[in-house]
Amino acid sequence: MTKTINLTLKVWRQNGPKNKGRFDTYHAENISTDMSFLEMLDVVNDQLTIDGKEPIAFDHDCREGICGQCGCVVNGRPHGAEKGTTLCQLHMRHFDNGDTIAIEPFRAMAFNVIKDLAVDRSALDKIIQAGGYVSVNTGGAQDANAILVPQEVADLAMDAAQCIGCGACVASCPNASAMLFTSAKVSQLALLPQGKPEAAKRAINMVRTMDELGFGNCSNERECEAECPKEISITNIARLNREYFKAGFFS
Amino acid sequence: MNWITSTLGSSIGKKLLMAITGFSFCGFLAAHLAGNLTIYGGKDAFNGYAEHLHALGPLLTVAELVLLSFFLVHVITGLILYLQNLKARPVRYAVNKTAGGRTFGSATMPYTGALLLAFIVFHLLNFSFVDKTNTTIFNIVSSAFSSPVYVVIYILAMVVAAVHVSHGFWSTFQTVGANHPKYMPLIQTVGIAFAVVVGIGFGFLPIYIFLLA
Repeated sequence: MTKTINLTLKVWRQNGPKNKGRFDTYHAENISTDMSFLEMLDVVNDQLTIDGKEPIAFDHDCREGICGQCGCVVNGRPHGAEKGTTLCQLHMRHFDNGDTIAIEPFRAMAFNVIKDLAVDRSALDKIIQAGGYVSVNTGGAQDANAILVPQEVADLAMDAAQCIGCGACVASCPNASAMLFTSAKVSQLALLPQGKPEAAKRAINMVRTMDELGFGNCSNERECEAECPKEISITNIARLNREYFKAGFFS
Repeated sequence: MNWITSTLGSSIGKKLLMAITGFSFCGFLAAHLAGNLTIYGGKDAFNGYAEHLHALGPLLTVAELVLLSFFLVHVITGLILYLQNLKARPVRYAVNKTAGGRTFGSATMPYTGALLLAFIVFHLLNFSFVDKTNTTIFNIVSSAFSSPVYVVIYILAMVVAAVHVSHGFWSTFQTVGANHPKYMPLIQTVGIAFAVVVGIGFGFLPIYIFLLA
């Protein structure tokens, strides 16, 4: 038999980017503990719709933890308190009957609330556009194994490439810094031979863009690493620092 | 020259400035502590250390000027970072909870920094910018620490310094890019150990002099 719980939700409601927001209280009744957090919000929204009220807007897409679209701050923790999971992978069995849950959008100057819990994170896209690519000339494709990459290096690049760009690092950072995101995007390319030719330009342009967008400064608080649903390590930030100094002082 | 200002003016550049100046202060603390420990050798040993130090003449002046410029860079950059970081999140969270990344030291850096700034001014007024004719540094120090208020202020200041250093030490390595899974645990342990040595090493001196008087 399915266990059900009743919850009190304090949800951030904001009509638009320019509007003032507020917390509204909702009661979520008979929530199956097998539901994900987003399914719980769906149930609440169904009831709001039936009652003729405006449903809560929140970001979601794949609902299997790989797209990076979902994410709210649940009781002060981006994606909730579970380690290494996104909000859609957070299940209601981690909550107790009668709990009060505060749900807020990711907050940073570089992120804008579109409506309620839906947040515009296109600032992260702008950082990618500034250098998160490799330029490949046209011509015949070369043999797949022509460029040798040590397995450990490929693994490190893959670890960095796990970043889904959800913005939880920015949301959890006490300084709203995007260093973990930027460092993952720089690392996945800088580690591999294909990324080397543009490494210096990439590091400088991506950091410059990150600064211009109004993200805060990293002060090694390590909250990002602890909160990241893909458990990206701050050793990537150290690598970004190296890449940046190399580019700034020696290129 | 433009490349220097654009490199050092960025978020990572400012981090580097904080790291290099801050780590230099760790070196200064170690040297200062080593010198102060001569107090345990008695009055003459301590006065002798002070004399030897001042005998360095211009070298000492150069060292002081370097310290002062590093100090200004550290304070001004720190202030800029603090204000920029406040601005980076205009709407605060209603519920704040740590995921376990930050430590007491890392979370209080700007505040322990401000307290240390006030303490350094106080400390220099006490022992540096005083009339030293017809007296010795030992006499000045022992008369200051005959007051329990001074003893308490200095001990508290050293606790603050230890907390500041506990985050600053390992942070320097992370900032310059020296984060390697083989060495980082050791660096973090050394950082904590250094913070404890600073706290206890300096903090016990006022108690010792107070008990001596």
